[in-house]
Amino acid sequence: MADQKNGLMTWIDDRFPLSETYKYHMSEYWAPKNFNFWYYFGVLSFVMLILQLVTGIFLTMNYKPDGASAFTSVEYIMRDVDYGWLIRYMHSTGASFFFIVVYLHMFRGLMYGSYQKPRELIWVFGCLIYVALMAEAFMGYLLPWGQMSYWGAQVILSLFNTIPWIGPALTEWVRGDFIVSDITLNRFFAFHVIAVPLILVALVFLHIVALHHVGSNNPDGVEIKKNKNAEGIPLDGIPFHPYYTVKDTFGTGVFFIVFFAVVFFAPEMGGYFLEHANFIPADPLKTPEHIAPVWYFTPFYAMLRATPSMFGSAFPGVMVMGAAIVVLFFLPWIDRGKVRSIRYRSNAFKYNLFALVVAFIVLGYYGMQAPTDLGTFLSRLFTFVYFGYFVVLWVISKDEKTKPVPERVTH
Amino acid sequence: MANAEQGSLDQSDLDPKRRRFLTTAVGVVGAVGVVGLAVPMLKSFAPSARARAAGAPVEVDISKLEPGQMLIVEWRGKPVWLVNRTPEALASLATVEEAGLLADPLSEMPQQPAYAGGVERAIKPNLVVLLGVCTHLGCAPTYRPEVGPPDLGDDWFGGFFCPCHGSKFDFSGRVYAGVPAPINLEVPPYKYLTETQLVIGEDQESS
Repeated sequence: MADQKNGLMTWIDDRFPLSETYKYHMSEYWAPKNFNFWYYFGVLSFVMLILQLVTGIFLTMNYKPDGASAFTSVEYIMRDVDYGWLIRYMHSTGASFFFIVVYLHMFRGLMYGSYQKPRELIWVFGCLIYVALMAEAFMGYLLPWGQMSYWGAQVILSLFNTIPWIGPALTEWVRGDFIVSDITLNRFFAFHVIAVPLILVALVFLHIVALHHVGSNNPDGVEIKKNKNAEGIPLDGIPFHPYYTVKDTFGTGVFFIVFFAVVFFAPEMGGYFLEHANFIPADPLKTPEHIAPVWYFTPFYAMLRATPSMFGSAFPGVMVMGAAIVVLFFLPWIDRGKVRSIRYRSNAFKYNLFALVVAFIVLGYYGMQAPTDLGTFLSRLFTFVYFGYFVVLWVISKDEKTKPVPERVTH
Repeated sequence: MANAEQGSLDQSDLDPKRRRFLTTAVGVVGAVGVVGLAVPMLKSFAPSARARAAGAPVEVDISKLEPGQMLIVEWRGKPVWLVNRTPEALASLATVEEAGLLADPLSEMPQQPAYAGGVERAIKPNLVVLLGVCTHLGCAPTYRPEVGPPDLGDDWFGGFFCPCHGSKFDFSGRVYAGVPAPINLEVPPYKYLTETQLVIGEDQESS
């Protein structure tokens, strides 16, 4: 039997690099042995991607991308399709959990300097994934065709309106109508279920190809490829399979306990994952009392609102919001430090990163609230703190006083 | 055929001019193909004939609109307000202007057709026609004709208030200074057919 299997594997390997690929990415991908808790969130992002793809496919089987029947078809899935409620809530809760794990994954990168040389492209691909994910989430939120779907899209699409000269024509072109309508819904459906998922999967592929080419960073920020044994295997490396597949399976199990607790007991999360106004069908002639995007967009929404209009245009706010995302792409070149991990970097770096986290949370909170004077003031202040992170990082990383980095990884 | 063994790797009989021509020609033809395909694809995104037809002008009868009342009609899926302003409402236009509350009291931003300029921003002073879409982020403001209500304070002389982000507009749709909305409400193109018949979406003849 063993011979037969060998024969089959040889036959395949002669025609397709199966064993070679398996070795390169799994059994002989040498990952640092000191991965900690934070290293779960990469694989969890991947798990969420798969879950969203699968639940999404099942949702399209009953959903109708039509202004007249979209809302009722979602309610039909919720009430009449066997286990439709489960599939729909997995997908809607999944969107929020996708962003939770992606934000934690990005924070991990910031902490351990995973974007630094030679991993700049991994980071850039990651930022592209983040942008594609935001587009995916935004267009997906229109599909239930509730009040918040409709008016959220209306507000975000009017952002294009503020672009000088071409704004109104561009908005009309994106919407395909003079208002957000059935036409807009239909094309967002096409983008949400085909175009953006294809791009996302392609980008994730590139992200992982780049990662496996240079190798993983680790909590110590030590390059494990510097210390190899006689066979050329990193001394601090362990094969991804079985060591990390086992660890990640465990982590995924724990994650799913939390995830399904939310899916079963609080799928709307008190209006944070699915806003209350979205259980009312879209009405183009009636604005909800208070329009706020879903929580994962609110830090940027707060920046948009906090920026005052200039020269009779709301465009500066749009620019600030866009810049908040664009600046992420340049992080590998903004950070001039030679030491990667927060463990061996200066206190200034730690305080700076802490300020960024606080800014992100405060902005996220005020982006959900109705505008108040205090909210606007704090949003402005923390918009400066957010951008300040990158300025301060650029300055302090020039001649940073760091602690000595060990030769080998620690635990 | 003598050096057939070296095959295509032999560079000696390469004609670089011919190769450059072929590369360029293929590139140009390919580019034309891409553009030829991209134009119809991108054009298909524009509002379709049906969407354009649905955006056609709307006729409105205002004979039953009493002073102080507002009529909302739908044009291109957006609410259009027709407000028959009372003399007090018209008088308040000067009040808010003198109190310095407005960002663009003279309507210098091109948010209205030329025939609807001035303080009233209307063809006939009492009847104002406005697009009921907040110029901040597209919410629908509410009609608040009362003066000095408790929630809006004593500085409120009547007009339109946007509940989304707190933008304020006077009875002519002129925006207050220091609110999120940057410019005055838009006046859509409109014209009178008769004394009591309006068409929204078509321009008044300039004559």
